Amino acid sequence: MSLLHGETETAGAEALPAAEAAAPRPRRGGWRWLLGRLLRNPSARIGGGVLLLILFCAAFAPWIAPHDPLAVNTLGRLKPPSAVNWLGTDEVGRDLASRLIFGTRYFLLICAIAASISAGFGILLGLVAGAGSALADTVIMRFTDMLLAFPYILLVLAIVAILGPSLWTAMAAVGVAGIPGYARLIRSVALTVKREEYVEAARALGASEAQIILGTVLPNTISPLIVYLSYATPIAALSAAALSFLGLGAQPPTPEWGAMLVNSRSFLFTAWWAVAAPGLAIFVAIFAMNLLGNGLRDVLDPRDV
Amino acid sequence: MSRYVLRRLLMALPVVIGILLVTFMIQAVIPTDAVSAMYEGQTTEEEAAEAIAAMRERYGLDQPWYIQFTRYAGNVLHGDFGESIRLRRPVSEEIGYRFINTLQLTGAALLIGILVGVPMGILSAAKKDTWLDLGAMTVGLLGISMPAFFFGLLLILVFAVWLQWIPVVPRGGAALLLPALTLGLIEAAPLSRIARSAMIELLRRDHIRAARSRGMGEMSVILRHALPGTLLAVMTVIGLQFGNLLGGAFIIEVIFGWRGIGELGVKAIQWRDFALTQAIILISAGAHIGANLVVDVLYAWIDPRVDYDT
Repeated sequence: MSLLHGETETAGAEALPAAEAAAPRPRRGGWRWLLGRLLRNPSARIGGGVLLLILFCAAFAPWIAPHDPLAVNTLGRLKPPSAVNWLGTDEVGRDLASRLIFGTRYFLLICAIAASISAGFGILLGLVAGAGSALADTVIMRFTDMLLAFPYILLVLAIVAILGPSLWTAMAAVGVAGIPGYARLIRSVALTVKREEYVEAARALGASEAQIILGTVLPNTISPLIVYLSYATPIAALSAAALSFLGLGAQPPTPEWGAMLVNSRSFLFTAWWAVAAPGLAIFVAIFAMNLLGNGLRDVLDPRDV
Repeated sequence: MSRYVLRRLLMALPVVIGILLVTFMIQAVIPTDAVSAMYEGQTTEEEAAEAIAAMRERYGLDQPWYIQFTRYAGNVLHGDFGESIRLRRPVSEEIGYRFINTLQLTGAALLIGILVGVPMGILSAAKKDTWLDLGAMTVGLLGISMPAFFFGLLLILVFAVWLQWIPVVPRGGAALLLPALTLGLIEAAPLSRIARSAMIELLRRDHIRAARSRGMGEMSVILRHALPGTLLAVMTVIGLQFGNLLGGAFIIEVIFGWRGIGELGVKAIQWRDFALTQAIILISAGAHIGANLVVDVLYAWIDPRVDYDT
């Protein structure tokens, strides 16, 4: 019933402890446990399934795609969907289905690079701010304040303006614009964990600061980090697609979904499929990510309504 | 109260300096490209190099960065945003009317977002865990997953091409309809989520339970006791949402050819016209901060629990 948010799951969880205490179960918090819970969550199952399909397409694109995604065919321009061209062709006769299949690679690449930049630098800055000196904390927090003063898309555009438009700068821009959010999250976790008694105990036993940060603070950030990733990555992917659509990211003829719309949108009235195919691909992929994210939030952060 | 406003203004100061720093960086990197793009194919390499050097000197780009920055900040404070390399006239002349167009669009979108999103959120909170709630939340999730540019094209396709309710090239008020609807409906998704969770939270409170136990009908409990609190919660995020709308306007304006600052901003980045880009990003970010300031002050004024002195 509850596909989109965990009310029934959460409500069920309140009744669970007695039963759980009786039956042996996998260790709470392990990867196995997480996977098991996710498989029981319908929202995560659907979202995860679609994302696996995208991953499969990306891995085997040359074998799945019926045509060359860049092959131009001037005689077969703007053909409606048919048995030969499953989703029709675009304004220069390229096969849309093949372009969508190869587009999965760009989609995943953008997600991976943007998330790595945001999370990588965010974790580093967050740990230094939360577990380091007061001065470092002040400097890093003022820096994040500065970036957070911009609405997200505006910050992305500002970074693209500084770096110049291309696929790589679009990924970098989306990644950098995400850093302050991660830094704030990790800092707040680090500040909380630092005050825990077991950290005091570790310190009393002679553990070094580095050992404490890597051994106790970092592992504690994993669960909130996954939840935040699931929330921030679709936004990053959506922004990167928007940049390509605006001509500020991936450039045609790259089969990136956002870039596919740049030229085809002028043919909206005559060949709607050339617009609908890449548009729907982005929409479905982002929706799947949000569904999986909802599932992850239900499992890892059940307090959130 | 006035002390509170003053303090909020002072708190915004470092943020404004930060924004100036970020927009300043745009000019530190771009110019050579902009100038060479302008003269592309028209000149020999030596002539281009000369023109670039002259241009750098003219805009003071040969000075150390801190001098450039103070000059930049000083000019901006005097309302001087420099001259657009591409349009060859002062940026401020071009931006004024475009900013008003963008404000019209975002204002209309915000109104649509509130009118659609808030009732949807309240309804799903009141009917929590029913098919209605699930449906509303599914629509909300679809809304946050929908690329604004695709949704805009979809609305054109449906309303202008298939149903033909709106001309493909509309004039006057009709021109605002589709872009505002696109931006507003997408905005309704996060607003409905906020309204829903605020309402659920409020419906658990003691005064609501007291009202129910006095035999008050569910409808009047929601409208008279829970609605004001929900609206207050929605209001606190409207400042932030306004920033999102401004960002979204960059995309929507391009699709609909709406002559606002977003449409010009995208062109400015493509032209590598640094003065124009700087001014547009600066003004948008400034409007975002201003909106948040106004919302904060309004909130403090409406909600007696906010202590002005802290």
